[in-house]
Formats: sequence, C-alpha cells, structure tokens
Amino acid sequence: MAKKLYKGNEAFAEAAVRAGCEGFFGYPITPSTEFLEYMAWRMPELGRAFVQAESEVAAINMVYGAACTGKRVMTASSSPGISLMMEGISYIAGTEVPCVIINVMRGGPGLGNIAPSQGDYYQMVKGGGHGDYFPIAIAPASVQEAVDLIGLSFDLAEKYRSVVHVLVDGNLGQMMEPCEMPPMQELPAPPEWAVTGAKGRDANILSSIYIEPADEEVANIRLLKRWMEIEENEVRYQEYSLEDAEIAIIAFGTSGRVSSTAVRQARAEGIKVGLFRPITLAPFPKKEISALAKRVKRILVVEMNTGMMLEDVSQCVQGQVPIEFYGRLGGMTPLPDEIYDEITRISQNMDAPASPNPRLEWVARLEKIIEGEK
Amino acid sequence: MVAPAPKIVYQRPASLATRVTHYCPGCTHGVAHRLIAEVLDEMGLREKTIGVAPVGCSVFAYNYFNHDYVEAAHGRAPAMATGIKRVLPQQTVYTYQGDGDLASIGMAEIMHAAARGEQITVVFINNAIYGMTGGQMAPTTLPGMVTTSSPGGRDVESMGFPIRMSEILAKMDGAGYIVRRSLHDPANIRKAKKAIRLAFETQERGLGFSMVELLSSCPTNWKLTPVDALTFIEDRMIPMFPLGDYKVNDEIANLRV
Ligand SMILES: Cc1ncc(C[n+]2csc(CCOP(=O)(O)OP(=O)(O)O)c2C)c(N)n1
Repeated sequence: MAKKLYKGNEAFAEAAVRAGCEGFFGYPITPSTEFLEYMAWRMPELGRAFVQAESEVAAINMVYGAACTGKRVMTASSSPGISLMMEGISYIAGTEVPCVIINVMRGGPGLGNIAPSQGDYYQMVKGGGHGDYFPIAIAPASVQEAVDLIGLSFDLAEKYRSVVHVLVDGNLGQMMEPCEMPPMQELPAPPEWAVTGAKGRDANILSSIYIEPADEEVANIRLLKRWMEIEENEVRYQEYSLEDAEIAIIAFGTSGRVSSTAVRQARAEGIKVGLFRPITLAPFPKKEISALAKRVKRILVVEMNTGMMLEDVSQCVQGQVPIEFYGRLGGMTPLPDEIYDEITRISQNMDAPASPNPRLEWVARLEKIIEGEK
Repeated sequence: MVAPAPKIVYQRPASLATRVTHYCPGCTHGVAHRLIAEVLDEMGLREKTIGVAPVGCSVFAYNYFNHDYVEAAHGRAPAMATGIKRVLPQQTVYTYQGDGDLASIGMAEIMHAAARGEQITVVFINNAIYGMTGGQMAPTTLPGMVTTSSPGGRDVESMGFPIRMSEILAKMDGAGYIVRRSLHDPANIRKAKKAIRLAFETQERGLGFSMVELLSSCPTNWKLTPVDALTFIEDRMIPMFPLGDYKVNDEIANLRV
C-alpha cells in the first residue's frame, strides 16, 4: 500500500480501526482530540461503536464493559484524562481483560499545558492505578512506528489479557508524516471467557474481586507470572550507531528521535556516540542496557521529564559506567543542538568522575540554558 | 386410579443460580433478584442477558444469577453497561445498583446513560443507606435519620436533602420507562415484578433507557427487626419517595403482559 500523509492522531486512529478495534470510548482533551474526532465518523461508518462519554471516568468504564465482550476496544486521552481513568484501568487489569490505552502526553502536573511531554512515564510504565498489576507500555518515536505498534498492542493485549499503554507525546500526535497503513484486519471471534450471553454454555462472570485474600494472592501470582513471561518475550528496542560507541544515549519516543539527529551530527564530527531507544518501556530492556553498560564508557539519558527513566536505567547500569542526564520539562522539547552540546561536553570530559546525582549538574546546566534562551 | 400430575406453582427460575445468598435476614435484595430472574425467564432472555453488578451489598449479585455477569467499579455500572450494549446491541444488558452507587458516586454515569437514551435497564435498590460499608448516610437517607455518619440524624441544613432519582431521570428525553415501586409487602412485590417486566420490554423494543427504583429494606443498618423494617418503608420512605410511574413510553403504557 502507498504512503499517505497523515496527522499523527488520525493515523493512530486509523491504525486502530485496521487492527480490528470495534469500540472507541473517549472524551475530548488536547493534544489527543483528533483521535476522538476521527473515530467519531470512522467507527459509525463501519458499523462499530463510538461514544463520546461524559468524562474519562465514564469512558474507561465503557472500555471496561466492552472489553469484557472480548472485542478489541480502546480509548485515547492525554495526561489529566489518563489520571482520571486510573481506577478503571486497575479494574481492567484485575479482571484480566485486554484493552489498549493511548496517552498523548502533555506538560504537567495539574492542568499544566497542552505542549508535548514525557512526564507521565511513572504513571504509564509503573501502573498508575491501585494494586499489584503490570501494564505493557510501548513508546513509538514516529507516526509510522506508532501505526505499526498499535496493531501489535492489540495483539499483545489479547495474548496476555493485559492492559497495553501506548505513550506518545503531543509532538507525535500533532505532527504530519507520511505513513503506510496496514491492511484491514478481520474481526476475531470472541474468546471463550467473554460475556456475550450464556447461550448453550455455563454463565461467564468477569470480576476483579477476590474477597478471600488467599484467592487474591493466587490471582496476584498469576498476574506476576504472566508479567514475567512478557518480560521474557516482549522486550523491544532499537540500536543506532552503537557498534563502536563510547557514549551511549538512552532515550525513548520523541527524545529518542531528537537524539538520533544529534547522534548523526556528532558522528559527522567523529565522536563515537550511538543511541539505544527502548520501544517497550514495560517490559524494560534491562538485560540489554546492562550489557550496553559493559561496552561503552559513558551513558547519557535524555528525556522530556525530570529523569524518570533515568532511575530505571541506573538500576540496570549498577554503577558500571557514569550516567549523565539531560531533560527538558513542562512541555518543552529539546532541540538536536542541545543534545549535540551534551554529547560534545561529555566527549571532552570522558575521564570526569561519575556524579552521585546526575540531576544536580543537569539542573544547573538547564537553568543556564533557560537563561540564555530569554 | 391414576393421580393427576402435580401442577408446579412455584420453583426456582432458571435465571437464578442454586446458591445461598449472603444477604442479611429481612433484606430485600433477594426478593429483587428473584423478580429479575422470573422476568428474564418469562421473556426468554436468559441466554442473551449480561448483568452488571455494582459495588455495594449486591456486589456478589453475579453469583446468584445464572447468566453472564460483570462486576463494575463503584458507581460506574451504567458506563460499563453502555460499553457492553454498544458493542453487542442485540443483547439484553441491565445494571443492578444501590443508592450510594447510583445517586452519589455514580450520579454522572446514570444521568448521562439516561440522556443518551442508552438501551439498558437499571434496577435501582433504594434502601436509604450505605449497607455494605456499615450504615453511613446515603444521598437517599431521610431527613433526621440516624446513620453512622449522621449520628445526630441527617441535618438537611448541613448534609443536604434526599435525592429523588426517579423524578430526576423522568425529565431526561432519553428515558423510556421510569417508575418507583416498593418491596414491603406481597401486593407491592407483584407490582414491582410487573414494572421490571415493562422495563425489560422497553429495552427489547428499543424504546430508550429504563429504570425501576425499588424501595428496599436494610434491617441490619436501620437497626430494626425485619418486620419493623418493612413498616419503616411503608410509613417513612414512601412519603419521601412516592410510588408511581414517572415516565412511561406510550407503547409500553398500552402493552398488556
Ligand atoms: C471508589 C470507591 N469508593 C468507596 C468505596 C466503598 N464503598 C463500597 S460499597 C459503598 C456504598 C454502597 O452503598 P449502596 O450503593 O447504597 O449499596 P448497599 O450496600 O446499600 O446495597 C461504598 C461507599 C468503593 N468500593 N469504591
């Protein structure tokens, strides 16, 4: 199929439709709204369900109900809306029904702003809702990659009866890029656990209650074991120019993409730098990052938040090499030049001792940069 | 002489599971369950019905019915039912909710389900109290009524007034059938059953959102004997929550069942 120019959010929506999404339930919020607007005409056109709910609380509970029928269903929102959905997401995880949730992240906390951010890392990657559960969290870096990964997200959600979070930021949601759509998928038959009406079978019950703690413990173990299976099988990442690299940048989503431009620039100058881009943030590429730390002399983590993934990277690196951090916050996207400057600074100080707290030096540098931008 | 075959006058509906409930003695949840099950049997809906249980004393309702069931988050049953109904429009979907669930934490979801004319049926158990959490004030608690969170009696000045949901929901254009009945004596229980039948008829005919509010007892948290609790419904609750038909679609009004 030929490439076509798509706005990010609309491409994601069409990708979901083609992956067989039969129910979309959402509430408008910038910068994800075009997703809902696209579904508002596209789903009815195909005879599929679309509801603009009264709130994100209602939207996620509509997703919950529809997910219980075994059909492919989803919602898309942005940070404050996702916060509102967290109770429902926990119920969905506890009931072990599949669903895909797209977060087009924006600056926060609170009402924040509508500019791109990666500040929901903890919420999306670690869970965010109450109780012991593990969402899968996927972070594409281009419109095309998001389109491809949305299909995968539905497959993974179904395979593991899991919640799948897709993290994009306002950049990806709002930008226009050429991309190729996958073909329209056939709609699958409902799985045997689904509630569809107990015709010629025993009644199916779907619930997240285990009133006996001993039973809940068994359920928690089941979820954990499934998670460990996911950790074993579903780690995805991309490496760029890392073969002979002495400096490795680790960055996801938009920060990863901006970093790749800076890496190209620095490579042209002869600096041995490469990029490791986690595509799945949960499961996190732990082994790969730990192995990477053995090959390189320094690691630079780049994020559009205060260093949330930094903590996961630090855990994998275990002090094997010094880690530095660079981030922009509050809806600011770093420019390739800023990351390039970080690369050259590091390349000129390869013997500097490791900082016990890379955030300290970064904040000082960032405040200077902000001063200079005035 | 051959004895005539015995005529069955009463048996467990197929839509009801063979299980003992956890409800307190004198609680009317069990009566409401049975009425729903009888109606589903009579209408032949069991094999296409999906129930949505609430958070509240009836959280385990799914264990007592013999048809597909899901268990919602507190107050969100109408949203969950919406999700199910929209992807399975041919199936019959109903929620079963208490007054805290429906009229407090779930107020937005019930109002908007009605406003959308969602083709679902709601069985609303109004017992004027939060049963499951041990007898706190509900949005339907009567003025002056003592609960664990209104120990001096519900003072309307500071705690607000009871909410009459049937009256409110009857104002929604999307609603097709909204009535209030009571479970305090056999005559009223028969009327309640007929209302539940008409509510499901409303859904099956695609006539919009339907709800039956059932005034119900909670002897444990009201601190009354089961018999006194039924008297309490009649003497105290009905004056605040008058029984009646608040909105009935013409087609349903003319229906003989
Ligand atoms: C989000 C949330 N808040 C509070 C609770 C605690 N809770 C459980 S049941 C209930 C009240 C239920 O009362 P009602 O809906 O009147 O039903 P009843 O128990 O009287 O049948 C509350 C507050 C909860 N489970 N979830």
